[in-house]
Amino acid sequence: MSTAPHTPANPAAPAVEIGGLVKRYGQLAAVDGLTLTAARGAVTGILGPNGAGKTTTIEICEGYRRPDHGTVRVLGLDPVRDARALRPRVGVMLQSGGIPPSVPAADYLNLLSRFHTHPVPVPQMLALVGLTAVARTPYKRLSGGLQQRLSLAAAVIGRPELVFLDEPTAGMDPQARHATWELITQLRTAGVSIILTTHFMEEAERLCDYVAIIDHGELVAGGTPAQLTGTAGQLRFHAEAGLDLDSLLAALPPASVAKESPAGHYLIEVHGHVDPMLLAAVTAWCAQRDVLATSLSIESRTLEDVFLDLTGKDLRP
Amino acid sequence: MEAGPSPERAPLRLGPEGPPPGRGPEGVPQGGTGGRVSPRDRGVPGGRPPGLAPAPGAAPLRRMIAAQASLEMRTLLRNGEQLLLTLVIPLLLLTAFSLEPLVNFGAGMSRVDFLTPGIIALAVMSTAFTSQAIATGFERRYGVLKRLGATPLSRAGLIAAKTATVIAVELLQGALILLVALVIGWRPDASPAAIVVAPLLILLGTAAFSGLALLLAGTLRAEATLAAANLVYILLLGVGGVVFPLTKFPAAARPVLELLPTGALSTGLRDVLQHGTAFPAGNTITLLVWAVVAITFAARMFRWE
Repeated sequence: MSTAPHTPANPAAPAVEIGGLVKRYGQLAAVDGLTLTAARGAVTGILGPNGAGKTTTIEICEGYRRPDHGTVRVLGLDPVRDARALRPRVGVMLQSGGIPPSVPAADYLNLLSRFHTHPVPVPQMLALVGLTAVARTPYKRLSGGLQQRLSLAAAVIGRPELVFLDEPTAGMDPQARHATWELITQLRTAGVSIILTTHFMEEAERLCDYVAIIDHGELVAGGTPAQLTGTAGQLRFHAEAGLDLDSLLAALPPASVAKESPAGHYLIEVHGHVDPMLLAAVTAWCAQRDVLATSLSIESRTLEDVFLDLTGKDLRP
Repeated sequence: MEAGPSPERAPLRLGPEGPPPGRGPEGVPQGGTGGRVSPRDRGVPGGRPPGLAPAPGAAPLRRMIAAQASLEMRTLLRNGEQLLLTLVIPLLLLTAFSLEPLVNFGAGMSRVDFLTPGIIALAVMSTAFTSQAIATGFERRYGVLKRLGATPLSRAGLIAAKTATVIAVELLQGALILLVALVIGWRPDASPAAIVVAPLLILLGTAAFSGLALLLAGTLRAEATLAAANLVYILLLGVGGVVFPLTKFPAAARPVLELLPTGALSTGLRDVLQHGTAFPAGNTITLLVWAVVAITFAARMFRWE
């Protein structure tokens, strides 16, 4: 038996569709004209420095806050107006807390399972997140990583179509993080749409089909991890300090960037991949000046490089 | 909708150690990705993992309310401080003040006869007000209410569950108080109407105290709620006609004290249970006004986060 949604749902609607979203707290715009679409059945990562607007955006999608401007559709529905229809279909993992401290893990999952028509059986859910051994332990006596796993289990036990995971692996040890990645991968394979925020670039690179980097409440870049990291190739080499970078740049394709930092360590960045012609151009330029380039390497940027380039290296409050 | 997991497919177990490296979700080696799981390699050969495929649906409201109330009830009964407040203190006061002449209640009434209606009022206040305010205040602080807001249980359903919990605890308290009171010699002198009027007074008192509890818990910080709820409990225990007769207070104070919810409830119950009054209209109206005002303000001012 299932309760039919009150608003006709469009099964082809994206998991989340955000258009021109603005949310202000007093003078401060936490979200400032964000536009973003998360596809069904995919893992979408929202990345950004502290205070970029990630949690505000997620909480608007969860129906906790109302936008000041713009539209938000979750599974084609309005998160506030259609909350009743959405709640059974959407799983939520808050950034912290939400679970009564004195309640044992199994009792809390049992409660949530009784809110749904086809829940994952509690023993199976406990096993999936590795909490079987601490099933009777009150939430407050679980370690931070175990608390996170219980919170994740609580988000998925109702067999939702879409889950919002706000920093799902924060505070986890590497083993728990890998187990959580496995569970998220399994959810995706099972057809669940997943929206997650994270500070771990490795997590985003491994899990996400699509990554949105936001800063100051705006989208600054979006694409698959490969698209984001593949848009700039890097060539590094060591040589004598003080080479004439302007002359080097003149020998390279337009829009290339050359840096020396620290002295004697050179970095050339180009749009797209480093190709054989670029390598030849750099080595030919060196040969003309009788410069021996050592430790020459060709790398693609990591997501972390891209992230820091886009959002800067300043520490955020 | 999909059926549940088929029994022959054992659930995947991810212990704290996680899966062996380089293995897919069902132990299938993932070739060529060097440990990185690319989107294309995530598919599990042979089908979907059991039990996680979307199959959403809200359970019937009554089942959700029963589940929530049963968890709240078990949480309360496991909590030593709450048990002290709701069961131990009322029963201790009832027996101690009944068996020892600690307070002179005046002529014409045995001590237990005076005390029993007051202790019932105290029990209602301790459960509906003090205990509920403290529990709800900390639920709000820990984000429990916020998290429940994302489940299919509606706010109305949550309030119904809390009300059911309060009434269940009150029934337990009532049974124990009546049992102990009868054992130590309580002789009620009630009109037949008491069978309806006493529960009505208790219900109105419960509504008034619950409204006040949620008003406190929904507007103050959890620590402030804890302090305020305990302070009000002690004050109203003292001046609410629970163990000290209101007649002991100055004549000018008495009408005021009877306008407090505890005074109205204890006096009304005492009239009905000991003085054979059919319907204490004044006290009933007082409780009704408290209930309406407190619930109205609580509904307007309660902050869920």
